[in-house]
Amino acid sequence: MRTENQKAWFFVLPVLALVAFNALIPMMTVVNYSVQETFGNNQFFWEGLGWFEQILRSDRFQAALGRQFLFTALILMIEVPLGIIVALSMPRKGFWVPVCLVLMALPMLIPWNVVGSMWNIFTLPQIGLLGYFLNDVLGINYDMTQQPISAWITVVVMDVWHWTSLVVLLCYAGLVSIPDAYYQAAKIDGASPWSVFRYIQLPKMKTVLTIAVLLRFMDSFNIYTEPFVLTGGGPGNSTTLLSIDLVKIALGQFDLGPAAAMSLIYFAITLLVSWVFYTLMTKDDAP
Amino acid sequence: MKKRSLIPILYIAFLMLPIYWLVAMSFKTTNEILSGFSLFPQTFTLDNYITIFTDPTWYWGYINSITYVTLNTVLSVCVALPAAYAFSRYRFLGDKQLFFWLLTNRMAPAAVFALPFFQLYSSIQLFDTYLAVALAHTLFNVPLAVWILEGFMRGIPKELDETAYVDGYSFPRFFVTIFLPNIKAGVGVAAFFCFMFSWVEMLLAKTLTAVEAKPIAAVMTRTASSAGYELGLLAAAGTLTIIPGAIVIWFVRNYIARGFAMGRV
Repeated sequence: MRTENQKAWFFVLPVLALVAFNALIPMMTVVNYSVQETFGNNQFFWEGLGWFEQILRSDRFQAALGRQFLFTALILMIEVPLGIIVALSMPRKGFWVPVCLVLMALPMLIPWNVVGSMWNIFTLPQIGLLGYFLNDVLGINYDMTQQPISAWITVVVMDVWHWTSLVVLLCYAGLVSIPDAYYQAAKIDGASPWSVFRYIQLPKMKTVLTIAVLLRFMDSFNIYTEPFVLTGGGPGNSTTLLSIDLVKIALGQFDLGPAAAMSLIYFAITLLVSWVFYTLMTKDDAP
Repeated sequence: MKKRSLIPILYIAFLMLPIYWLVAMSFKTTNEILSGFSLFPQTFTLDNYITIFTDPTWYWGYINSITYVTLNTVLSVCVALPAAYAFSRYRFLGDKQLFFWLLTNRMAPAAVFALPFFQLYSSIQLFDTYLAVALAHTLFNVPLAVWILEGFMRGIPKELDETAYVDGYSFPRFFVTIFLPNIKAGVGVAAFFCFMFSWVEMLLAKTLTAVEAKPIAAVMTRTASSAGYELGLLAAAGTLTIIPGAIVIWFVRNYIARGFAMGRV
């Protein structure tokens, strides 16, 4: 059991200083911008909560938020079940285990802009492997730069390619921690594969699955580089997710006030949903 | 048993296809790429790689990236070690709130921080240095390192600490000579994750640099837009960015599954 000791604060001090420097100062800058209006020349005027109201009511923000939720929901619905299935069918020991793990983790170690470029090259009509296969072999009319549906499918498949392995590795870690005796007991009882999954494997994977869902929610909700490099938010605005829209406003148009207000709303939404997951996750492991 | 191994094989094949295509592209000439579809490089060429290894703007992109990533990894793990120890061993005022607050920084969208970071690091004269990117990346790497290390440290029984004190070890000596070797795997995994997330993050790295510390991503973006779409060169540069990740993952392959679970299985 952990003992009460206030001196432990000295151990956390370096982390606290570093993260506070990186998180608090920029956060204050953002809050500062969000309540002011500027016409350049470093002149600022008090704006109150005007920007927040404007952002929350604007169709553009609502549309981007809607696309963002749709994207994250699709990602979770595809990646979590797929990850569980792959993890369940992986070998538990032997030569192939490290090979599988390394190959599966590989997509996660590729810089995000390279992931975007890679999928761009992969899906080019006529030239790319996938683009050629779909258009010229299967005869499906597929062009990511023209059709919103194609662009959406490509962005979702790209993320499935990029991050499903995270779910696989987490579930796998949960599965290998189950002692063999459990399976032997199940066999003696004549349990069906479904009941083995439902009553032995799933409970054991519960903690890691929550981590997986939490991480996948956070990262897919904050996604920027990959879809930006792949589609640039297009065609039109069809794949403009929240981050892409935010960067467009902040660095493209330099509308600091609205961008700052949007940042805070965005962060608040991420925080709220993550907090729900976090409380669910730590409910069982009390100190 | 045969049928079951089909799923991982198909899944890995799906993962490898775009990577194969990137590598295949990198060995093709621009002419061949634009002239039409070919599954294998017809006229095998190393020109794209030669360009990268002889042009300083290209290879300095890699050196810059690796420098700030290494700096960030060392920094993150060093400050996270004592903090993780405190979280795993002691209860103190506000420990839970602090832990959650640290994690919230992992949740912050990088896009939110791009502009304020630019202003912050410009004002302290660190803009366009390795240190700026390394420090900026601690925002999400330090919380992660604390989380992972805490998970691993929790698995070490407290009796180890107590025995060492009874034997007359001072805290620093105990920590370095006894405790650290016991959580070697955890340190390795934490370092791996810091390396990984710093290596793949590009938005902040690009925002905080201009010339001197420009990461490879910025060099690639420039090529993609200015040099008239040299796909072969872009593919070669992309292929080379996969290699450092592949090397570090090989070192932690035996702990990787547990590492992804943050030591919590």
